[in-house]
Amino acid sequence: MSRTKVLASSAGSLLCVGALLVTFGLSSPAAGAARPSSASLAITGAGSTFDAPFFTKAFYEYGNAHPGLRVDYAAIGSGGGIQQFQQGTVAFGATDVPMSSSEVAHTSGGPTLQVPVDLGGEAVAYNLAGVKVRLKMSGTILGDIFLGKIRQWNDPRIAGLNPGVRLPDEAITVVHRSDGSGTTYIFASYLADTSSAWARGPGVSKSIAWPTGVGGQGNAGVAGLVHEIPGAIGYVELAYAVEDHFSFFSLQNRAGNFITPSLATVAADAAHKSKVSATNFGIVDEPGANSYPIAGYSWLLLHQRATSVKSGQALQALFVWLTGQAQSIAGSLNYVPLPSGVRAEAHAVLAEMTGPGGVALAD
Amino acid sequence: MLRASPRLAVMVFGALLLAIVISLGTGAAPAIGHFGTGLLTGTVWDPQAVRLGALTFLVGTIETTALAMVVVVPIGLGCALFLVGFVRPRLRSMLSTAIELMAGVPSVVYGLWGLQVGAPFVRTILEPALHAALGSTGIAGGPDLGIGLLLGSLVLSMMVLPTMVAVTRDVLAAVPDDRVEGALALGATRWQALTRVALPAARTGVLGAATLAMGRAIGETVAITMVIGNNPAFAHSLFAPADTMTSVIASEFTAATEPFHASALVFIGVLLMLVSVIVNAGARLLVRATLRGSLVRQRVAAS
Repeated sequence: MSRTKVLASSAGSLLCVGALLVTFGLSSPAAGAARPSSASLAITGAGSTFDAPFFTKAFYEYGNAHPGLRVDYAAIGSGGGIQQFQQGTVAFGATDVPMSSSEVAHTSGGPTLQVPVDLGGEAVAYNLAGVKVRLKMSGTILGDIFLGKIRQWNDPRIAGLNPGVRLPDEAITVVHRSDGSGTTYIFASYLADTSSAWARGPGVSKSIAWPTGVGGQGNAGVAGLVHEIPGAIGYVELAYAVEDHFSFFSLQNRAGNFITPSLATVAADAAHKSKVSATNFGIVDEPGANSYPIAGYSWLLLHQRATSVKSGQALQALFVWLTGQAQSIAGSLNYVPLPSGVRAEAHAVLAEMTGPGGVALAD
Repeated sequence: MLRASPRLAVMVFGALLLAIVISLGTGAAPAIGHFGTGLLTGTVWDPQAVRLGALTFLVGTIETTALAMVVVVPIGLGCALFLVGFVRPRLRSMLSTAIELMAGVPSVVYGLWGLQVGAPFVRTILEPALHAALGSTGIAGGPDLGIGLLLGSLVLSMMVLPTMVAVTRDVLAAVPDDRVEGALALGATRWQALTRVALPAARTGVLGAATLAMGRAIGETVAITMVIGNNPAFAHSLFAPADTMTSVIASEFTAATEPFHASALVFIGVLLMLVSVIVNAGARLLVRATLRGSLVRQRVAAS
């Protein structure tokens, strides 16, 4: 055998052994990601795409003010954030729906803290080229559309809400998320709240067994499909609907008024529930004349016991800032700043953080 | 230790494959234990209610692949016959290079093309034409979405066409020249010599080419996820959105937090691997059989 052949096959074998280690390594969860070193500290997090613009800007500014600290955030979606947090591959997660008790039970690394971090709304967008006025919609009818019971735009029940509007004889195509998503959860809770048929049927979850429609990946995927398919109707985060110049509905709220989504009307909805927690977090369809009904908080996921006192202090300081002063950054990026009661709530939860084995973080 | 032999390299590769099979198997085991055979035969996919059955995805993969093959086999065969029989060598090598370049275009580019160009084309031209030909019920029923089973199959067929053409061209070229020349000497036209002499001689190889292309179509993920519509239900119409084994894994795996959800997706991965291995092994055996056959014939002719 020639020398080159020997070298090539040895190199090949070495590569294989490396790949083998990686393959086996996949099944064992990696240890905590926040590793303090003498010179610098890196904090990694993953989760909600909704939080990503806010987190990116806030962490950049925080890093500038705190040399030696770097915060990396991977926007892989709420479900992915929960998964990574459960496996302990990230120091914090972010999700648009708090973890359920069974999800918390499957988390390695001790008790979990869940902290509200920002607030947003969802618009229901539609693609009807011929209709120039903003259409009105109620939750009950929206539920029947997403159940596949109402299939045409000129259905008498849609026309009944929009007198004087010429609705086309066009098929409705429902567009939903194909990936598990907090956006889906919040939208489905509005449908379940207003449509008993929806509550009895598909229900409320991050992954729904959709009775009809086509699926898109992420908010961008849903927005793209609504753009592409005439007669389509889909739910997206408010920022997507505003920036992409979609038509979106005025939705009927609990008081019976038709409300256009905006930062002010989402804030009005959230203001009616001053206390939220991981087990009582829903703020869809709150009372109030000017409340827009589809809104929700996004949540940070943290281990109550940090891997070291130093990383615990760093995480605590970062998130006290993020849920406090940094809310003005959120406000500049089309999020609704956290109401003051919710900020106080967040800080109270963050104060429960400890070091390893429950030692106090304070000096 | 570094004086490794090729045999060691092969053994390590074998161990690697075994490791993948074992880790997939252990990943799928909880779902198999919980759902039993229902995991394979169930048609409901509802992670929240913990009711997970993979049959719709298996059927979706079979439907998209079968439709793609209906397009790819005749067109690919035509292209290969044209390249082998009717083009001068210089042009043939240019055209062959172009086809091989098509095979090298990344999957996501085909997906983007499918959304930007394919979907409007299918929605505004192809689907109305099919409605005119087949009516508006049955396999042509439902609204014109653009995206769905039909577009998914068309994008797949574009992606696997180069494989079909390149392999068919090679197996046709492997038919001994004296046979084709003999047919021509007996007064056959070039077309007759190709279709009645060369093609029958290479038929198992052509079948192998189609099977290789099919293997690619089964495993294709990114492009199909972008254009299939991602709806886990049986597609009763060409225009309906559907889901395949690959697309459901790609859409749902990163966010699978419900009980058994991730495990059931790993099971679909195992199923996909089994189907691909069977199809690819079949293709290899067929191609090898033809090539060996043609070598034997050449030796017989030479002696």
